[in-house]
Amino acid sequence: MFALVKKTLIFLVLLAIPNFIIAEERKFNLGKIATKTEIAGWDIDVRPDGLGAPLGSGSAIKGEEVYAEQCASCHGDFGEGLDRWPELVGGEDSLDTHDPVKTTGSYWPYASTMYDYIYRAMPFGVAQSLTHDETYQVVAYLLYMNEIIDEDFVLNDKNIGKIKMPNVEGFLMPDPRPDIANVNGNPCMQNCDTPTKIIGKARDIDVTPEEEKS
Amino acid sequence: MEKNKKKKIKLNRRELLAGTASLGALALTSKAGIAETNPNNLPPNVPEWTAELGAGVDANPYGMPSEFEKNVIRRNVEWLTASTESSVNFTPIQDLEGIVTPNGLCFERHHGGVSIINPKDYRLMINGLVDREMIFTLDDLKRFPQTNKFYFLECAANGGMEWKGSQLNGCQYTFGMVHNVQYTGVKLSDLILETGLKPKAKWVLAEGSDSSGMTRSIPIEKILDDCMIAWAMNGEALRSEQGYPARLVVPGWEGNMWVKWLRRLEFGDMPYMTREETSKYTDLLPDGKARMFTWVMDAKSVVTSPSPEKSILYKGIHQLRGLAWSGRGKIKRVDVSLDGGKNWQTAKLHDPVMSKSLARFTLPFEWNGQELLVQSRAIDETNYVQPTIHELQKLRGVNSIYHNNSIATWKVNKDGTVDNVRLG
Repeated sequence: MFALVKKTLIFLVLLAIPNFIIAEERKFNLGKIATKTEIAGWDIDVRPDGLGAPLGSGSAIKGEEVYAEQCASCHGDFGEGLDRWPELVGGEDSLDTHDPVKTTGSYWPYASTMYDYIYRAMPFGVAQSLTHDETYQVVAYLLYMNEIIDEDFVLNDKNIGKIKMPNVEGFLMPDPRPDIANVNGNPCMQNCDTPTKIIGKARDIDVTPEEEKS
Repeated sequence: MEKNKKKKIKLNRRELLAGTASLGALALTSKAGIAETNPNNLPPNVPEWTAELGAGVDANPYGMPSEFEKNVIRRNVEWLTASTESSVNFTPIQDLEGIVTPNGLCFERHHGGVSIINPKDYRLMINGLVDREMIFTLDDLKRFPQTNKFYFLECAANGGMEWKGSQLNGCQYTFGMVHNVQYTGVKLSDLILETGLKPKAKWVLAEGSDSSGMTRSIPIEKILDDCMIAWAMNGEALRSEQGYPARLVVPGWEGNMWVKWLRRLEFGDMPYMTREETSKYTDLLPDGKARMFTWVMDAKSVVTSPSPEKSILYKGIHQLRGLAWSGRGKIKRVDVSLDGGKNWQTAKLHDPVMSKSLARFTLPFEWNGQELLVQSRAIDETNYVQPTIHELQKLRGVNSIYHNNSIATWKVNKDGTVDNVRLG
């Protein structure tokens, strides 16, 4: 009998602990609890491990059509980038050269980012208008154009987190700054050894916008 | 006689206005900037603005700058970007005094244009690894404990065009992706008292509701340290182009993280690796590897006058002026050189000097028509010394784009004009 009472008491105490914390935590009683439907509509991000990838699928073959219709007018038929719009394809082996070309293929470390960004921000000015399948199709097409997957590979919510991008090892963390020589707040003040020859002038480059003359 | 005098003054006023228009253009060419004076307004004459009544109250219910300050505006570099909706312009820091940037002059950086949001329709969602996933209205946010703080906001790409050499001949174009205002808002450490936080929450995804759906991952330590959601700047509601009705404030860290039109904070156990922290805002090194998550804005300073837009017009005494800031804390000291970095003198730092805020410095100097190579060098409270471009290039090459906090050189020519030059 006593044992039962003891057990019950312990049970009640255990039950009480989380309630106690919750009561403490909600300090101001402001805002409202978000519903699952509200969250589903806004929680559109997709993580490198695939978390957040919505149900859907698409291949490069289908993606070519969507790309031609929705993307090519700015990014070019082959992802080469028109005017100053970004290049999406190529650039391999260019990152350590004088003129690096940073594309989804040569630079982007995760395919998830392509899905996330294209769905949330593209086509430019018509954000979040592609269907999930169309988005998978376009991502598949770009991965195919960058020779990362075959044209009949079906990209979907299960495998987008497993695509290995060529430059996934190309990023360094953590931030090593401050990375300059530490002079402990006491830099040279007089007769310092520093070059003072003029080797370049912005005026000579001549790309500074000029004011309109009225 | 009286009548004639008045008529003459009126005529002169028209002439003056016409003169001002062309003066505007002249001043903008970074030459002179000397107003054409009207002798009728000078002693011993009675100026026209004394002889006539001025405009009454409410002529401008929201006051605007003087018509003679029309050249003090944000400017962009058209060739930099494909469209103005995904572009940047620059604060005219060469024309500003003190440390407060007027709201209408704060530089703009948009990725999908300026969202116009009715505050009644504003919602902030908090989801992920919290005890309670919640939604807040703007009125809800304003009922939390309030905080008021001055912070600078600098784009990580400020000076990005200058890595390879001096390219843009302007203080505005090379240093103007920075502004400094007083924010009013709620600290995130207060906001999460309402949602609770699960122990596994290590990262926060901040998401904007603009057409680019701007997103960045921020470590939880920073979120709980000093981040805030602001709804006001310099005493009034945020400007639309600065994220009205609410934006994230991430003191001392790169401006891209200060998500405007903030709609959602998601708490997670790993970074989200958004486009803005992988494809962009990563710093490419000469070996082809890139630094990632380089958030802090290192100490930096610039001489705003003399500068390419601010020629020296007179011989004799002048007050050199400039701005300094550091994402790691307070500015401790600013040195100025007039001979390209061979000899330095310490400038006067003006109160208030606040952590992660612009600081103003001045230094009197004599100019007698000689060439000068003007530089400034900031030192912050961590004893970090602003580097030369050569020090940065040695470590990071010339293709980093971001985080160029090096010392600039303005060459004062014998005629008083000023050039952005590179020494080597």
